[in-house]
Amino acid sequence: MSWVTKTLKSTLGRKLIMALTGLFLILFLTGHVSGNLLLFKGDGGEAFNMYAKFMTTNPAVKLLSYLTYISVIGHVIYSITLNRLNKSARPIGYAESGASTNSTWSSRNMGILGTIILVFLAGHMYSFWFQMHWGDVPTVTYSGEEYKDLFSVVQVAFQQVWMVALYVVAMIFLGFHLSHGFASAFQTLGLNHKKYSPAIKTLGSIYCVLVPVLFASMPLYIYFTS
Amino acid sequence: MQLTLKIWRQKNASDKGGFATYPVDHVSKDMSFLEMLDVLNEELTEKGQDPVHFDHDCREGICGSCSLYINGKPHGPLQTTTCQLHMRSFNDGETVTIEPWRAKAFPVLKDLVVDRSAFDRIIQAGGYVSVGTGGVPDANEIPVPKTIADLAMDAAQCIGCGACVAACKNASAMLFTSAKVSQLALLPQGQVERKTRAEKMVAQMDAEGFGACTNTGACEAECPKGISITNIARMNREYFSAVVSSENL
Repeated sequence: MSWVTKTLKSTLGRKLIMALTGLFLILFLTGHVSGNLLLFKGDGGEAFNMYAKFMTTNPAVKLLSYLTYISVIGHVIYSITLNRLNKSARPIGYAESGASTNSTWSSRNMGILGTIILVFLAGHMYSFWFQMHWGDVPTVTYSGEEYKDLFSVVQVAFQQVWMVALYVVAMIFLGFHLSHGFASAFQTLGLNHKKYSPAIKTLGSIYCVLVPVLFASMPLYIYFTS
Repeated sequence: MQLTLKIWRQKNASDKGGFATYPVDHVSKDMSFLEMLDVLNEELTEKGQDPVHFDHDCREGICGSCSLYINGKPHGPLQTTTCQLHMRSFNDGETVTIEPWRAKAFPVLKDLVVDRSAFDRIIQAGGYVSVGTGGVPDANEIPVPKTIADLAMDAAQCIGCGACVAACKNASAMLFTSAKVSQLALLPQGQVERKTRAEKMVAQMDAEGFGACTNTGACEAECPKGISITNIARMNREYFSAVVSSENL
């Protein structure tokens, strides 16, 4: 076994993959939420549609999107292998557990939270990402150039109250996942120091609320304004 | 005090085991938890029954032998060793559940006694300094900054009881392993084998079948010696830098 495979098979190596892919996905979420804020612009979706075209055609963004797909797949696969390893490390459980007194619920249930987010992600990608790439999306023309009207697809989707509810609930799960994942990734990378760990923890606490709230406000805004 | 004890009984390593319930009477609040079990065992012995087996040695909180999972927590409700836990932490009439540490790497030998030699093998893999360091050096002959010495001392406080493994939802031994990796990585004497040590101890930890870390912090919260998970971060740094820079292919 080469030193690379040996490292990536070790518990620490697998955790390193989880941390790096997790942090990349945090970066992705930051970009995703920032771009989607254009939904609030109130220009009938012009800026949003232009942004959507840029995001699906720009070569640099393409490269980033492949990295995102790889990160999602890597994060999922490694979480499954780690979860199996972790479960096998305690074949017989305890009759009584006081885990709630020594750790947060989110930290102990990252797998469940992640699975829910993954299921949501599949539906979310079908609704918008798949439609944008291969679906039957109407087009609009801005100053002579044709654009896919993804904005209208979003508008239609969030007329349905169940879709809005689904998205809001999914963002709550995302928030809990991030509440542990953000700071945890830095700890795994070995970045725990009294100089900057409090800042990382604070940033994580803000991030895990701010990003899901911004995401959840989009379907709510569309539902209540149109 | 009167208590009902729900204790895990298991004849040997291959026995399936199960809980047995024992009522105990006349328990003094000033008794230590182990003394309370001594009283129970005396009664069981007088009745001709097999006493409850549990590990204990110094009963001063320094050897790391005692290892009981009490009411869902390693070493019980306080952040201390089982031997330093007293019956005043319990209420009259309470049912107390006593289980052995649960981990694949810590097989139950009998009742509440588990085999913790996996920890010994992790230490044997690199938790030592094998170069001759001579006799006790004169004070300040080897300069170690006070802050670093304190950190090394904090890590060295680990008594290897295994409460971290018992508390962890993944039965991970990272707090234990990282305490020893940290202690030696921080001190001048540990530098020669620094990279090899991190690689070998992590490899042994994995080979023993302990789980990975999810950073829940349960280990730190339950450790009777207050070993911090900053040591796990340090071990991760040591390990990752070792695998990319050591001479071991």
